[in-house]
Amino acid sequence: MELLDFAFMQRALVAAVLVGVTAPAIGIYLVQRRQPLMGDGIGHVAMTGVGLGFLLNTSPVWMATAVSVLGSVLMELIRWYGRTRGDIALAMLFYGGMAGGVMFVNLAPGGSNANLSSYLFGSLSTVSPSDVTAISILAAFVVVVTLGLRRQLFAVSQDEEFARVTGLPVRALNLLTAVTAAVTVTVAMRVVGLILVSALMVVPVAAAQQLTRSFTATLAIATALGVTVTISGTVTSYYQDVPPGATIVLLTIAAFLLLTALAAPLARRRARAAAARRPAGDPPECAIPATRGAADEVGV
Amino acid sequence: MTKDDEMTTGEPVLAMRGVRAELGGRPVLRGIDLTVRRGEVVALLGANGSGKSTAIRSVIGQVPVSAGEIELFGAERRAFRDWWRIGYVPQRTTAAGGVPATVTEIVSSGRLSRTRFGLFRKADHAAVRHALELVGMADRARDNVEALSGGQHQRVLIARALVAEPELLVMDEPMAGVDLASQEILAATLREQVAQGATVLLVLHELGPLEPLIDRAVVLRDGCVLHDGPPPRAVGQHALPGHDHVHPHEHTPQRTGLLN
Repeated sequence: MELLDFAFMQRALVAAVLVGVTAPAIGIYLVQRRQPLMGDGIGHVAMTGVGLGFLLNTSPVWMATAVSVLGSVLMELIRWYGRTRGDIALAMLFYGGMAGGVMFVNLAPGGSNANLSSYLFGSLSTVSPSDVTAISILAAFVVVVTLGLRRQLFAVSQDEEFARVTGLPVRALNLLTAVTAAVTVTVAMRVVGLILVSALMVVPVAAAQQLTRSFTATLAIATALGVTVTISGTVTSYYQDVPPGATIVLLTIAAFLLLTALAAPLARRRARAAAARRPAGDPPECAIPATRGAADEVGV
Repeated sequence: MTKDDEMTTGEPVLAMRGVRAELGGRPVLRGIDLTVRRGEVVALLGANGSGKSTAIRSVIGQVPVSAGEIELFGAERRAFRDWWRIGYVPQRTTAAGGVPATVTEIVSSGRLSRTRFGLFRKADHAAVRHALELVGMADRARDNVEALSGGQHQRVLIARALVAEPELLVMDEPMAGVDLASQEILAATLREQVAQGATVLLVLHELGPLEPLIDRAVVLRDGCVLHDGPPPRAVGQHALPGHDHVHPHEHTPQRTGLLN
């Protein structure tokens, strides 16, 4: 593996593994809450952070983390209080975030939209040693939250009303989910890019669901799939000289299609197994009891 | 002490006094008074839009209350922390996630009120199995809840409420959209809980197979209490002399075999 001789590829692969684990691990709760596009919104808001990083000459990764965490908290507050105008407020937040990013980058000395490009679409060669440190710390936070609190997050994402009656701090857990999603966006930003990050949160989960019956299995398969596609996408990107973000997302969608094709025969096999388990007296097909006669048997 | 004495002297586990609530600026509860004492089975009845679901959801804090007081087990609702004492069964429509989940996973979430930091011990896993046995769903423990019928799904939600071994069961239309076989199992489960001393508050559209269990009915209309007392008298065939609510299928063996 000659590609491992390059320090920048080692860094890119470390980042890829971390993205592959964290994006589906938080994405599964967003899908469960039926807010699969939340990651996309946070990605837009994070652009302002990247722009501010350039303008203030600080690390764009930490700046993007700060801004997207703020944005995610704002989105959660809008969800609580702004029931009627919530959608409009969210739209303004998303596009304001994107416009802010473009504006700040261009205001930065010597800055242009070209600087943004590697953050928007991901780039292997630009993952710096300090980026790897930042990404590792952030990824550790995401893993601790999504796995350590999985029972609580599962309960809140499945049925908020019921979770409240079990005494769970529903609002705090919702905020934590939003903040964790924001942190994941910045973890994934360097490899997959802000525009495509949401795909890696949602598509592996959707693909895993084609095969699974349980939440735990969905989480396990989605993260395994996430790591598989980010590593293979990064390697492909190196050899073929194509953008890593786009490669990873296209591979994920291919995996989704493959698993969907596999799902139909699997479902048939499960149905047969279930039929075999059923007690012998149970008729396999619809049958009208002989004693009653058919309902449409009308005597005239 | 007779059952009637208990009803007037038992300690109140739930008390609502002058509770008002608005939804979208429209008053839905206009001063509800309701007390449920330990050991009672109280049905909340009323037409659609009368406020019965809102009343229950204000108790659990899902609907903000604009005036009045709510007490749970003698504590002001906001200060109430012993949530394991309440088993809640919401209307079935509220519990649908976008990711597959097994029967066991759903029921386990009801046990969180008994755990510290969500860590499950042996007793917690045993409680989940026991709750599934109570509603006759133990053989479906590993199935996806989406694959269940409406009645089976409802039994899972009741197991989720029972798994914390609560003292007060609060149920919102537990019989809605439930097939007859599941209705019988639900009624039997509830009967068993009541025999063991559980207190129950349930929203019902009609008394149905739960009628013999109900001590008291509170009827709401337009957000006000219209009637608070014995359940409305049965009419029609149910009122005929000799009809003592012993339904013939109550004693025939369960055809599903799920309870055995």
